[in-house]
Amino acid sequence: MEFDDTVAVGILHSLSGTMAISESTLSEVEKMAIGEINASGGVTVDGKTYEVTWIEEDGASDWPTFAEKAKKLIDQDQVPVVFGGWTSASRKAMLPVFEAKDAFLYYPIQYEGQECSRNIFYTGATPNQQAEPAVEFMFKESPVAGKPFFLVGSDYVFPRTSNTITKAQLASLGGQVVGEDYLPLGNTEVAPIIAKIKKALPDGGAIINTLNGDQNVAFFKQMQSAGLTPDNDYYVMSFSIAEVEIDTIGPEYLADHFAAWNFFQAIDTPASQKFTESFKAMYGEDRVTNDPMESAYNMVYLWKAGVEKANSFDDNLVREALIGVTFDAPQGPIEVMPNHHISQTVRIGQVTPDGQFAILSTSDGPISPQAWNQFEPSSKGYACDWSDPDKGEKYLL
Amino acid sequence: MTLFFESLFNGVAIGSVLLIAALGLAIVFGLMGVINLAHGELMMLGAYTTYVVQSIFKLPPLEPLFGAYIFVAVVVAFLVSGLVGLLLERSVIRRLYGRPLETLLATWGVSLILQQFVRTVPLAWSTGLWLAALLGLAGPPVVNRLWGPRQRPWLLRLGSWAVAMAVGVVSAAWIRGTLPKLARASARNVDVTAPRWLRGGLDLGDWTLPIPRLVIIGLTILAVLAVYWFLNRSLWGLRIRAVTQNRAMGDCLGIPTQAVDALTFAMGSGLAGVAGVAVSLLGSVGPNVGGDYIVGCFMVVVLGGVGSLWGAVVAAAGIGVLTDVIGAGRLLEIWPRMPAWLQGGVEFFATTSMARVLIFALIVVVLQVRPAGLFPQRGRMAET
Repeated sequence: MEFDDTVAVGILHSLSGTMAISESTLSEVEKMAIGEINASGGVTVDGKTYEVTWIEEDGASDWPTFAEKAKKLIDQDQVPVVFGGWTSASRKAMLPVFEAKDAFLYYPIQYEGQECSRNIFYTGATPNQQAEPAVEFMFKESPVAGKPFFLVGSDYVFPRTSNTITKAQLASLGGQVVGEDYLPLGNTEVAPIIAKIKKALPDGGAIINTLNGDQNVAFFKQMQSAGLTPDNDYYVMSFSIAEVEIDTIGPEYLADHFAAWNFFQAIDTPASQKFTESFKAMYGEDRVTNDPMESAYNMVYLWKAGVEKANSFDDNLVREALIGVTFDAPQGPIEVMPNHHISQTVRIGQVTPDGQFAILSTSDGPISPQAWNQFEPSSKGYACDWSDPDKGEKYLL
Repeated sequence: MTLFFESLFNGVAIGSVLLIAALGLAIVFGLMGVINLAHGELMMLGAYTTYVVQSIFKLPPLEPLFGAYIFVAVVVAFLVSGLVGLLLERSVIRRLYGRPLETLLATWGVSLILQQFVRTVPLAWSTGLWLAALLGLAGPPVVNRLWGPRQRPWLLRLGSWAVAMAVGVVSAAWIRGTLPKLARASARNVDVTAPRWLRGGLDLGDWTLPIPRLVIIGLTILAVLAVYWFLNRSLWGLRIRAVTQNRAMGDCLGIPTQAVDALTFAMGSGLAGVAGVAVSLLGSVGPNVGGDYIVGCFMVVVLGGVGSLWGAVVAAAGIGVLTDVIGAGRLLEIWPRMPAWLQGGVEFFATTSMARVLIFALIVVVLQVRPAGLFPQRGRMAET
């Protein structure tokens, strides 16, 4: 294919260190999206076609490195956009860089919300697009509907914020939280937590799980050997277990537990199947796709649509043009909202013995994102709107 | 009563994981004075070995025996980590005896190398590499013993390394072909699936004993007894103790001190491998698994008294019971009518994070009173 010119975008994920396991899949899927865009004619601006290339940097699972590499991509490589990050800590490290240089970051992970930067587009779920529907499902429709809740998480910002929201939400629903505990990062001794769950939920109940990667393995293995299984009415709803994690934890430990996401590999639509098939064709038959990957894939296409709508690579023009852009994503239609987040469909899945999800419920159409949580007292009543200069980051509704 | 036994069992269960992880370090650090920061990574190698053994047991000819893979894994993991430990001692550690700070830095470097090694090299190739190293090293001594010394030793060595390389490459290629999961680099954590009999719990009325915990407690008891027997009843154990207490004198009396060093370090490393098998039953197997345990290992060895086996046993059990009593908030159950002001404090500490803080604080206090640990021992470290 003949292109008039090329444009290089920045990709910034951890390719080494602790996070590399998860984050490298985002880099893979972004390159796949770029490849697809080029194969269908690249990006067209002002009648000229551009081939998209990329400059990739390694964030190395180290937050200051993320900030440093972001600076390098913006100043030295002059990329019009950076796709990057996974942990909230890496995003928080990069945020001041992008704001100071008035550059653009696309961030693909479901996160705790309570942030709405002018210089970031968030394509993952906010709590009201994942955690809140999940808790409501556990309370109203799951096999343990009406039973008490126990909250388990790793000891850092996302689980604590997420559980604050969950507690407020359950209080308003009339649910009961009988305990909560946090496992320090890097600690996998879950025996005391399991003893507590057993004591707090003698007749079963719902467990909301926001543990981090490795700690999940210890948690589910030992829940099973302690007899706290779905057969005995202990159901776990996890916010960070997707298809990739089932593969590493082992479906025999996770079967019948729940998860909530916007995308599941099991979604039975042509767009979803095409996404998974292209990924397998490119990176191996035994690979799986999951929600963060879908979100990373979407953001490359959203950027292309924004650039073509603005008819320019200029940050400020693209930022304005992006709002209202729609894309037929693997999960279904999505739309960029004025608060720089995406409206998306919410689904609840139950783990099947073959390591996939059976989708139990799907929201009626896409749900609008709330950057500022309405259950958390400090942000109740606030919203974010970048399409109106008077409203901006945080205004009272 | 149930409460008491449940708490005791949980405490012993937590303690036995700490103890089996710390046992190898108790030997390497306690007897040899080597601050081995790569100890956790030797455990990680043991855990990955378990994964490889398990994957091989999933192949059709061995599948009926799948439930027994764990026993094979214990032996193979001991050998794998022991051999890596031996190489480590011969190449790095032996040049650094008596220089604890340098060993600390060197072994930390080794731990990073080992972590990145399992991230980048697919398991199929590392299995082949390990087989090749075993054959290459073991070839010449075995041939010499069976058929007497050779005329041209270099030819023998060359020959055995050539055979070893060929076997390594062929077996790696075979594993790659038959077990595609092992063909990829293992940056992703892997799933060690315990056999069915090892997954459930043992029901005793309304109380369930998790079987993996029971197995680990059993394995730990066996390992402690084996180490005790080896150190106190065997010839090499006698030599190890002699060299520990007085190296120069041992040397004069004809004890091969270099061989003793190598053997001691290899044994400590092998025990780390066995600990790796144990932790694979509880949690995940990944490049960072060692880091989760290393601090706990040093805590047990230092608290117990460097060089004291029984000290390590008592320290591990103590930390285990305290973790459970504080972390699971047992005090409130034991003493239901606790005064309100005290109850608030107990509840504040009844979380896993705070229990850890409190235990570290207690250890600091204990070490103030008994600077050399609970059971101080005279050893090479104590004398210098």
